[in-house]
Amino acid sequence: MIELRNLTKEFKSKKDRIVGVDNVSLTIQTGEIFGIVGYSGAGKSTLLRCMNILERPTSGVVRVDGVDLLQLSSKELRKTRQSIGMIFQGFYLVSSKTVYDNVAFALKAAGVENSIIRERVEELLNLVGLRDRINQYPSQLSGGQKQRVSIARALANNPKVLLCDEATSALDPNTTKSILALLKKINKELGLTIVIITHEMEVVKEICHRCAVMQDGRVVEQGSTFDIFSSPSDPLTKRFIETVLSFELPAKLLESIQGKLVRLQFRGDMAAEAVVSDMLQSFSVKGNILHGKVEYIQDVPLGIFIMEVNGDELEVDQALDYLRGRVSKVEVMDNE
Amino acid sequence: MSNIIEILPELNIAFFQTLLMVGIALLVAVLLGLPLGIILFITDRGLFLENKWVKSVVGILINLIRSIPFIILLVFLLPFTNLLLGTTIGPLAASVSLSVAAIPFYARIVESSAREIDKGVIEAAVAVGASPWMIIKHIILPEAKPGLITGLTITAISLIGYSAMAGTIGGGGIGDLAIRYGYYRYDNTVMFTTVILLIVLVQFVQYSGDFIAKAVNKR
Ligand SMILES: Nc1ncnc2c1ncn2[C@@H]1O[C@H](COP(=O)(O)OP(=O)(O)O)[C@@H](O)[C@H]1O
Ligand SMILES: [Mg+2]
Repeated sequence: MIELRNLTKEFKSKKDRIVGVDNVSLTIQTGEIFGIVGYSGAGKSTLLRCMNILERPTSGVVRVDGVDLLQLSSKELRKTRQSIGMIFQGFYLVSSKTVYDNVAFALKAAGVENSIIRERVEELLNLVGLRDRINQYPSQLSGGQKQRVSIARALANNPKVLLCDEATSALDPNTTKSILALLKKINKELGLTIVIITHEMEVVKEICHRCAVMQDGRVVEQGSTFDIFSSPSDPLTKRFIETVLSFELPAKLLESIQGKLVRLQFRGDMAAEAVVSDMLQSFSVKGNILHGKVEYIQDVPLGIFIMEVNGDELEVDQALDYLRGRVSKVEVMDNE
Repeated sequence: MSNIIEILPELNIAFFQTLLMVGIALLVAVLLGLPLGIILFITDRGLFLENKWVKSVVGILINLIRSIPFIILLVFLLPFTNLLLGTTIGPLAASVSLSVAAIPFYARIVESSAREIDKGVIEAAVAVGASPWMIIKHIILPEAKPGLITGLTITAISLIGYSAMAGTIGGGGIGDLAIRYGYYRYDNTVMFTTVILLIVLVQFVQYSGDFIAKAVNKR
């Protein structure tokens, strides 16, 4: 479990003072995948780097598995860091070392006996699917392969926590998917707690159980990923959600709409079509579904319909009320 | 032609004297300049042994020596050389001032090649819990190796130049020979020969340095 209490990190220079993280309190449960999203400069990296004291907070408390990291001596801190793996957007492999030596370094740093290093490195490379690249240099690997090596290095000393700073941001969509799948597998098989920083909501949607949204050093919203996606409250969160759940309707189509444009949201396992056809039968309105989509958020389907509803105003309002009682959310959109 | 053959044994000795003093100074540069350069680097802001005090004390000391022109350093160090070796004559004595000049020279080169390393790579090592010594030995030195070797080449070539100056005040070596025959006796043949020898030596050092630096570069 990672606990952050009233964490603040200020960067002081001669001229000014930048608040990177502003009084953040957050609890990340053992075994969960926790996402932190926000635009560039929101303070995500600084917050993450406080979790292994790569950045020393100006004030506040950082506890990992009950241990207050700020109370540790530098030697104890080094020991503790061995149980907190970290991977980065830039991979940061040692270019003069082979894949083997890059991973072995983490073991040597932890004082692991030489006789077992070879076996452990091979085991780790098998886990990340790069056993056959063991003697190559980083320059001979693709971005995705480099990230796999860095994951192997981060997992070398059986950490309980893995911190990921934009780990997929430098990768193409397919490679991103495969790295996320690997992280998911590690989370399941090793019970590892994973903290992921990203500016891509897709990543959160794909693997995070819970997430927090950051802006100007503060956490503006947090909750289970499904809740955040289905009912975001902060405007920033809404904007992030839109990157995944929005539809652009053609302007021509919008112009031709005479009635009300309505957005229905429902848990996808519900028979939404039946609800809509019931509504059309019970009220004297005309309806026309313009768009429909089901997104899987953490394997829970979230469905969205956009439809036009035509008819007498009173009747339309009653029809919408009927829908409100049956689907998760009904929104009347402007047709601009 | 005949005077070349005449001085051939002397040329031979001078050549090895030059190699000796440059070699000793290079060795000292590696033994002392390398650690000083690493200290300058790791005590810098944001690095794992950040320390303003150590950084500025070492930095000032290095700048102090570097700001003295070599010919003056040479004279300035004569009493120290005498104290150390009991003499101020000969290649060994010359290697003292060459070494003193080489240490800060190489230290700065080491510092700047270490700066070329991506800070993230060092940070990743800090994040796995590696000790400062592990990071220096397994990350900084191997990653900076091509730069360290190129830097050693530059230092060696500068030292060959300096060794000629050291030769003039009794250090021996090729420079000394060139001055004695070329300047005092107007013997151009010998002077040209020594100049050619120096050119060949410098070319050889540069070529080998480049070759090794390239061979160890895995980037
Ligand atoms: N070492 C530093 N020195 C000064 N300012 C910093 C430093 N690191 C980060 N910052 C500032 O803190 C803020 C948050 O940065 P960061 O945590 O990197 O954001 P994010 O990862 O969300 O893009 C930014 O305004 C950034 O300029
Ligand atoms: Mg960042």
